Amino acid sequence: MQRFFNDPSKVVEDMLSGFLKSHSRLVSPTANPRVVKSVTTPVKGRVGIVTGGGSGHKPAFIGYVGKNMVDAVAIGEIFSSPTAVAFYDAIKAADGGAGVAVLYGNYAGDNMNVKMARKMAKDDDIPVMTVVANDDVPSAPKDQPEKRRGVAGEIFMWKAGAARAALGGTLEEVIADAQKAIDNTRSIGVGLTPCTIPEVGKPNFSIEPGTMELGIGHHGEPGIKVTELKSANETAAMMVDAIVPDLPFSGGDEVAVILSGLGATPVMELYILYNAVHDLLAERGISVYRPYVGNYFTSLEMMGVTLSVMKCDDELKQLMDLECDSMGLCQF
Amino acid sequence: MSSFSASNGSVLLNGLVETIQKNKAYLSEIDGAIGDGDHGINMNKGFSLYQERYADRQADVSTALQDLGRILLTEIGGSMGPIYGTFFIDMAKACRDAAEIDAELFSAMLGAALEGVQELGDAKRGDKTLLDTLIPAREAFAESLKADACFTACLEAMRTAAKAGWKSTKEMQARIGRASRLGERSIGTVDAGATSCLLILSSLADNIEALLK
Repeated sequence: MQRFFNDPSKVVEDMLSGFLKSHSRLVSPTANPRVVKSVTTPVKGRVGIVTGGGSGHKPAFIGYVGKNMVDAVAIGEIFSSPTAVAFYDAIKAADGGAGVAVLYGNYAGDNMNVKMARKMAKDDDIPVMTVVANDDVPSAPKDQPEKRRGVAGEIFMWKAGAARAALGGTLEEVIADAQKAIDNTRSIGVGLTPCTIPEVGKPNFSIEPGTMELGIGHHGEPGIKVTELKSANETAAMMVDAIVPDLPFSGGDEVAVILSGLGATPVMELYILYNAVHDLLAERGISVYRPYVGNYFTSLEMMGVTLSVMKCDDELKQLMDLECDSMGLCQF
Repeated sequence: MSSFSASNGSVLLNGLVETIQKNKAYLSEIDGAIGDGDHGINMNKGFSLYQERYADRQADVSTALQDLGRILLTEIGGSMGPIYGTFFIDMAKACRDAAEIDAELFSAMLGAALEGVQELGDAKRGDKTLLDTLIPAREAFAESLKADACFTACLEAMRTAAKAGWKSTKEMQARIGRASRLGERSIGTVDAGATSCLLILSSLADNIEALLK
């Protein structure tokens, strides 16, 4: 393995230590070593925003903790849900007395741990509501949205929910906007190489050289088809063709777009792909209101990309535009 | 003997820790075939933490199971943390304050563990999860008990049913959890959770049998 780490069973600890040292302006530790909160959290009377998930997706999840973004995050092992206690401690850290919105992705472990954390928070009389992201189109058919997993579209969900909270929204309003964001988002991934959990030591799936996997998940979950490696323009077309009819997006729509690398794809190539995505959307009469191109939600050292597109009405545009300051997303 | 002393928590727990540690690589390997390959690592981490903290302690069965469950629940995460955490904590609750554990009480412990796990998620029998080991194992134990079989015979029935249930997951298509994303490609490999459940139930059965002699 051509990778940097010390003890492979301590990569999360070592990463967290470094993250806290480098971003002390934005985040601070809590009593639970697997919970990190924004330095501004909690704000009295403001709805708290919590998320969490397995490690290995930098900047997600911890990188979205900050001003007008996520208040507290629960941190799991690599590709493995945080504990129920971590979610519970994150809820407590984010609680400013107006309730807490837990906005997370649809994975079996996260569902169970959040469910248990909610029970614990109920005993403390902290009102908790949840939105479960399910933006990944290839993970299940359209008529089974409850089986679709959450991927990079979660960033739109956090941004919308956190902006509403920052604007003084109630817990119900925050939840409604986070839900609206994810309901209007569709995503798809393409993988070119597998990734390796350091402690496992070898990839647990393979992508043959010269091929690519359309619809791959953020942990290497198999996609809808394996094809020969296509050009950037052809790949962009396959992704756009898969997600546009699913919402569906149509002529006249304004959208926010995240084109995120999966870890090892050069950022240069993300712009080559974005160039095509932008034009393909324009051909369909869809205009990009806000593009985000970069490594926003990765999968260790996988090569590949995720494309997430969110249809924006005026309200979602306002929420996307609000300033925020976090390591992963910073806009003024 | 028809029962064993509830003071033997350490015996049962040492057996569980040993079986998980011994099978760490195997569990990760089968998990890697259709999951993300960390089942053995996570289980080993949890059970080894128990060993580190409580190796030198003599504990009753309820306390020992509860301490193991708490470690899994609060320090392991993933899917297996809450599932096995609940499994052992609910099992521990069912035998709290018992001085002796007989077949009837052990049946109640299995039932409590099963109920706890079922309440947690949406999995059903046939979804290719640990329930495909646990449900038939629990049923077989309860049925043998009803037919007036001795504790040892009930354990033997449980072990046989657990093994058959575990084996049956090989031909199943996963409908829940990470492997479900594979659709038909999940067929052909046994489920990792069903495997660890078989290991756990077999270890309990072996050690209880020895205590009953």
